[in-house]
Amino acid sequence: MNEMNEVRKPPVATTGIIGWFRINLFFNWTNSLITLFVIYCLYQFIPWILDWTIFSADFKYNYLGEQITNQEMCSRNLDPENGGACWAVIYVRFYQFIYGFYPKVEVWRVNIAYAMLALALLPLLYAKLPYRKYFLYFTYIFPVIAYFLLNGGLGFTEVSTNKWGGLLVTLVLGCTGIALAFPIGIMLALGRRSKLPVISMMCTLFIEFIRGVPLITLLFFGMVMLPLFLPEGIDMDGLVRVLVAVTLFQSAYMAEVIRGGLQAIPPGQYEAAKSLGMSYWRMNLLIILPQAIRISIPPIVNTSIGLFKDTTLVIIVGILDLLGIGRGTLADTNWLGLSYEIYFFVSLVFFIFTFGMSRYSLYLEKKLKTGINMGAD
Amino acid sequence: MRSNLGFFSDEKFRSIFFQTLVVGLFALGLFFVISTTSYNLEKRNIATGWSFLQNPAGFDISFSPFLEFKSTDTHLKVYFVGVLNTLLVSITGCIAATILGFILGIVRLSSNWLLSRLVYIYVEFSRNVPLLLQIILWYSILIQLPRVKQSLQVLDVFYISNRGLYSPRPIFESGFSYVLIAIVLALISSFLINRWAKKRQDKTGQQFPVFSSSIGLIFIVPLILFFILGSPLSFEHPELKGFNFKGGLVIRPEFIAMFLALSIYTAAFISEIVRAGIMSVSKGQREASAAIGLKQTWIMRLIIIPQALRVIVPPLTSQYLNLTKNSSLGIAVGYADLVHGFGGISLNQTGQAIECMAIVMATYLSISLTISFFMNIYNRSIQFKEK
Repeated sequence: MNEMNEVRKPPVATTGIIGWFRINLFFNWTNSLITLFVIYCLYQFIPWILDWTIFSADFKYNYLGEQITNQEMCSRNLDPENGGACWAVIYVRFYQFIYGFYPKVEVWRVNIAYAMLALALLPLLYAKLPYRKYFLYFTYIFPVIAYFLLNGGLGFTEVSTNKWGGLLVTLVLGCTGIALAFPIGIMLALGRRSKLPVISMMCTLFIEFIRGVPLITLLFFGMVMLPLFLPEGIDMDGLVRVLVAVTLFQSAYMAEVIRGGLQAIPPGQYEAAKSLGMSYWRMNLLIILPQAIRISIPPIVNTSIGLFKDTTLVIIVGILDLLGIGRGTLADTNWLGLSYEIYFFVSLVFFIFTFGMSRYSLYLEKKLKTGINMGAD
Repeated sequence: MRSNLGFFSDEKFRSIFFQTLVVGLFALGLFFVISTTSYNLEKRNIATGWSFLQNPAGFDISFSPFLEFKSTDTHLKVYFVGVLNTLLVSITGCIAATILGFILGIVRLSSNWLLSRLVYIYVEFSRNVPLLLQIILWYSILIQLPRVKQSLQVLDVFYISNRGLYSPRPIFESGFSYVLIAIVLALISSFLINRWAKKRQDKTGQQFPVFSSSIGLIFIVPLILFFILGSPLSFEHPELKGFNFKGGLVIRPEFIAMFLALSIYTAAFISEIVRAGIMSVSKGQREASAAIGLKQTWIMRLIIIPQALRVIVPPLTSQYLNLTKNSSLGIAVGYADLVHGFGGISLNQTGQAIECMAIVMATYLSISLTISFFMNIYNRSIQFKEK
């Protein structure tokens, strides 16, 4: 009887903002202590980093109001106590970071190529684009246009590749490597699963060899050994030699990813295609590959992220990509000692590209799990 | 659908025909490459053969912790120093990356929102910035440390400067080998005790304090022996003489930069693998083990981790392989590994690109194959055993 009248305490809030804080930050004693400790560390760290990167930093002028032209004029070198980052180095060298040593009169060609690249990627990334078919035609012919635009020919003055640099080289290496490795990877994957023992063995050996050695040895191979293998008179451009190495490397990884997709196709699909009287190539092109590639798109994007990061290795064989331009700037006496600013900037550019790609791959994975209709093939 | 080509529509014939064609083309290509290469080599006066391995190298290697290296030593010795340096940074990097990765993977799943977000930010930053950039960044931080004269002193015996980390070097005296033998014996016997205890528990259900007895065997017994023998171990302390330290053990900044960058970069990937592995164990397993009254730490150790390992180990293997291959980036900061020492300087000195690159590639291939071989054995031992 008394039990009925006993006043019950109201339940501890588990919903709303307070409930969220209680569950996620202050669930028990240890949890609360950890939260307070983390908050304390952030309180120490965040104001300092904000001050260094933004509030005390020089963007174009130092604290005396002078325009910065070398490292001695940076606030942090004039007044080591109070000065922050000296972003003026990025401001002054921005052209080199984006275009390398591309002649200034011709730079509009690079700008058009950048814009066209965005347009060419659009139908690949966004499946519901209206008139996607026509955009895709543009994507297919884009590499040819870009080649003439950047390199010269067809009325454009020639710009030799040793004048290319910075983001331009990074994007050329990344995009060309991925685009060329894709068809080669498909052929290698089909070859490895082929019933013909000689072909399957050769593809397997190639894939396992490339995957077993570091990219840097392949770059050395392209730089020092490839010229020895070719007859006299054929003089390969440095960038092309690096591209050969990067493409070989990427196609082996691409092949393994696509093989994973091929293995996931149920045997019934093969049997059905064969019972319709389809030949090997017809069956693969029309039935198997569209399905296999569709499910392997997320891992394909992931290996592409890896390649995009690995393009920085070309600085070791003397090609000036984004990181190479950064290192070159540091070697200049005018900008000596600004390594944190330069590496921060280069990291940020890479981060924006790779983080964007990894988000995109997550989005695809989610889409793949929920819907059958992917579109992006 | 009979074709009038007759025998060409026969599958067997077609298969043999295509394969012969491919082999023929391959042989033709190989013949072409070999003949142009030998012509090019002759024209450029590049020697061939392996005799260059016995020639004196003529350069110094700044970091060679296992072998004494002088500039009069041969290129073959450069190769061995390189292999040892590659293995050193790979093995230490793998161990550190595994420990850090497991901790971060578990912390990422913590119920504390702030902590798990913090790890998430770390993982995203370190995964999405090129490794080469991270190595160079660490190196540039390390060489901006104070000079030798103003070096930071830690615990009175370690000196940190832009020349590296100087620490006392242990000098083993005559009796120390007995202590080493005791440690090895203790390791073997604790392994045997572990097996025996498992068998006994399976049979009778009785438990044996394996952990504490192993600790006693491995640490305390050799320690007692060490003091009985009159502590046969002394330290050589680094001393500042002139512009540099003399004596002691030095860890160069190139190695520290490589080690930090490799382990921090790979740990980010490993933590994601560990997180996925733990999340793959179904919730029911945790609830069931809580229902039979297991302690929180036991649930993790006996129920969750063994099941998660089945998912974790295959991708972990490829991370180890990646780390080993990535150790070749030491060339960017002048770490004398296989690629920098033998594939870089020796190649430039002798000009024998084909031989040097072939040796370097073959070595990496055999290291990769060895790692996958052992990881496959381990993987098989933790998979489900059908009874």
